[in-house]
Amino acid sequence: MTFNRELAEIRFGTGLSPRLRGPSDIDDMMRRLNGADKAAKRYKIEPFDDFAERIARVTEHWRVRRQNRGSEEAAKADKAIKVEKRRARKAKDRWLWQTLRRRAFTSDGLRERLAFFWGDHFTAQGKVSVMKRATSPYIESAIRPHLTGYFADMLKEVIAQPVMLQYLDQKYSIGPDSTVGLKKESRRKGRGLNENLARELLELHTLGVHGSYTQTDVTELAELLTGMTYNGQGQFGFRADYAQPGAELVLGERYGGGAAKLADVHAVLERLAVHPDTARHLATKLAKHFVSDTPDAKLVRHLEERYLASGGHLGVLTQALLEHPASWLPEGGNIKQPIDFIGSALRALSISTEAIALNDWDAIRDNFTVPLRLMGQTWQQPLGPDGWPEDDAEWITPQRLAARVGWAMSAPSLLQPDLPDPREFVGHALGGRASERVLFAAKAAEDRVTGVGLILASPAFQRM
Amino acid sequence: MADSGLSRRRFLTALGCSAAASPFLTPVSFASGGWDNRLVVIILRGGMDGLDVVRPYGDTDFAKLRGRKEQAQMGGQNAPQDLDGFFALHPALAGLMPLWQAGELGFAHAVSTPYRDKRSHFDGQDLLEAGSVDVSGIARDGWMNRLLQSYAGTSGETAYAVGRGDMRLMKGAAPVANWSPESGLYGLSEQGARLAQLTMENDPLFESAFAEAIALSQDSPAMDMSGESSSEMVMNTMSQNASNAAKGGGHRQIAEFAAGKLRADSRIAAFSLNGWDTHARQDRALVRPLNRLGEVVTTLKDELGADVWGKTAVVAMTEFGRTAKLNGNGGSDHGTGGLMVMSGGALRGKRVWADWPGLDEASLYGGRDLMPTRDVRAYSGWLMRSLFGLDKSLIETAVFPGLDMGSDPRLLA
Repeated sequence: MTFNRELAEIRFGTGLSPRLRGPSDIDDMMRRLNGADKAAKRYKIEPFDDFAERIARVTEHWRVRRQNRGSEEAAKADKAIKVEKRRARKAKDRWLWQTLRRRAFTSDGLRERLAFFWGDHFTAQGKVSVMKRATSPYIESAIRPHLTGYFADMLKEVIAQPVMLQYLDQKYSIGPDSTVGLKKESRRKGRGLNENLARELLELHTLGVHGSYTQTDVTELAELLTGMTYNGQGQFGFRADYAQPGAELVLGERYGGGAAKLADVHAVLERLAVHPDTARHLATKLAKHFVSDTPDAKLVRHLEERYLASGGHLGVLTQALLEHPASWLPEGGNIKQPIDFIGSALRALSISTEAIALNDWDAIRDNFTVPLRLMGQTWQQPLGPDGWPEDDAEWITPQRLAARVGWAMSAPSLLQPDLPDPREFVGHALGGRASERVLFAAKAAEDRVTGVGLILASPAFQRM
Repeated sequence: MADSGLSRRRFLTALGCSAAASPFLTPVSFASGGWDNRLVVIILRGGMDGLDVVRPYGDTDFAKLRGRKEQAQMGGQNAPQDLDGFFALHPALAGLMPLWQAGELGFAHAVSTPYRDKRSHFDGQDLLEAGSVDVSGIARDGWMNRLLQSYAGTSGETAYAVGRGDMRLMKGAAPVANWSPESGLYGLSEQGARLAQLTMENDPLFESAFAEAIALSQDSPAMDMSGESSSEMVMNTMSQNASNAAKGGGHRQIAEFAAGKLRADSRIAAFSLNGWDTHARQDRALVRPLNRLGEVVTTLKDELGADVWGKTAVVAMTEFGRTAKLNGNGGSDHGTGGLMVMSGGALRGKRVWADWPGLDEASLYGGRDLMPTRDVRAYSGWLMRSLFGLDKSLIETAVFPGLDMGSDPRLLA
């Protein structure tokens, strides 16, 4: 098996479109992926640096409120904080719609899928105030520019992101013997080492839970990571006065020991990025996400080898995925995650780019935010730092499938008033995949709404 | 019993042509008297800090552990509730003290699964739900499902996994109902449902999930199978139901739903409560999940009514405990030994079951965590033995293969 135009769009892209022609071969896929990021330019999502200004404003309001307790000024600051929070909440909805528009109208679906995959690999969500809404900007700035670069560079970027540092409790992880750690005040405030980020960095981001590391490696790495923090302006900084002095021994190698510096952290990240356990972990995850819950061992090995040989290059890893015959077996196919399902449905329906206004919060909530939650994918809020499950059976439970069917039966006619004839739509949505059963259902449906809904709800459309 | 899932599916499919029209899934009554009791299992995801929830203030080393000093103080503004002169209950669970007094609340302390050392939430939860001995060679099905497999006369309504989350504990060959209070097959007419079923017939995953969705959405209040409502109405209803269910975290609705099923023909219900991963400012972070746990227990009691509550045991368990010392941010990191919370009218409560290991440095597991002195599975096993009359040997071979249940803690009154 090898490249197939429809499968390229369904499995490695964001679905078939009646208007947009998919890539002609693997080279074309890679060319599009390596080219300019047109979707990001057209459907903008705020970069994190801009989002940081929201954080800075809230910090300032906090200061005013703290310094003027009980006064009118404090009340004004309080109100201003509420406004910032509301705006950020709405922005998050807007970026969900932008994410879906990218999927619906892109000529480079692979980029959207990879941005989602790596964003999920490095799952992070703010825990306090406006930062809770910063996940899209985080992915836009830290993940998306590195999809075809070295994994080590993505890793360095991600580990310095305020969203990640807040999510995994790194901000106030302070070396017990550091300048700040030794202060009485720190003792009083109970500030010291926190090993959350270090653990997930090994378990989830690099080596994998089956990797060859121990509790001692976790603790040593946590000490090495001290100093990685950010300020009230939402800007990353390395604070040497937080850093635990002395060298740390991680996986048998010494890091640091001199004056604490960011370069010591980068050194361990570079080593982790090209560790064979990392190669296996990433290869397995990628194959599971794109191809099958039980991927061909040869495919995984191929990905691993190409990754290691390239020094941990993600462009090479992606190319390796596309060039392996096991990636193109037509049968089976993973279940689309809810975001994939909705995105590909909008694409097949060829909705208008203006189907929903960017500031129509109610429509965004009713059509996307709430249905995603019912389908089990509360947007950008997975339960833990391991992100969304890959196991097909987790997505197709009775209650979650009911939500997919409900969406398929109701959203299309709201978003595409000029609903296509189901007999025609079956080709738009499924191409050569349309089975006799689906064709029959499309014809037998009592009205257009039901016909279109049945096609979108069918396993042929729900699988990749 | 291995093919009971399949036969149920066939059963549903055979009736599928009229599935949408009638409540065709007649709940089966339970022949055996042993099945009159009820079991609710709650998975506390994230690793609950057992040392904070049930505080061993009588252990002099507890106050010496960094950061635990305040937790060891009885009285004061945070007012933990003394349980037995040695253990005290976290103030956020003070609302459950009447249950404690009535013997309807108890705890098993210093317990854990066999999971050790890597302290990963995800492996830890998988092991907790699989009921296996170690992560490699982990069972594909959940221990609760294996219980159902070992017992003749169960039906698709016997056990319910409630909520939107995934419950591995319940997965396997035996039929288990999966539903969430706000779910429904909105916007689908009878004819539409029939056709949808047709498109799913050759994909077993979809086929069985959809058949169950049809069966279970019969009693969903928002169901409209007339197919006459507009897309907009359907979308609004979905959205409205979802936001009602999500109010206050949705945990109360889940408990109400579970209680409703247990009052009728169900005997087992399982669901999760999240939010226990308290890496920082635990004095604040633990309050909300504890409040939710407390509300879930009281909601179950209220909704089940005195008679059914009297036959019910509730058990809440977590993947691991947390570090004995608090970390640098007033939180705790992933640990080992932890706590089980038990409740219910059937319980012989008002006691903390524990073979207390002590908290001096040498007694801690790996010099950092509460040392587990008994397997979580032993308590689960004895609970099932007492509630459902299952053979000890069956529990030790089929439900928790390789487990030695040890002596009977006599969990039920």
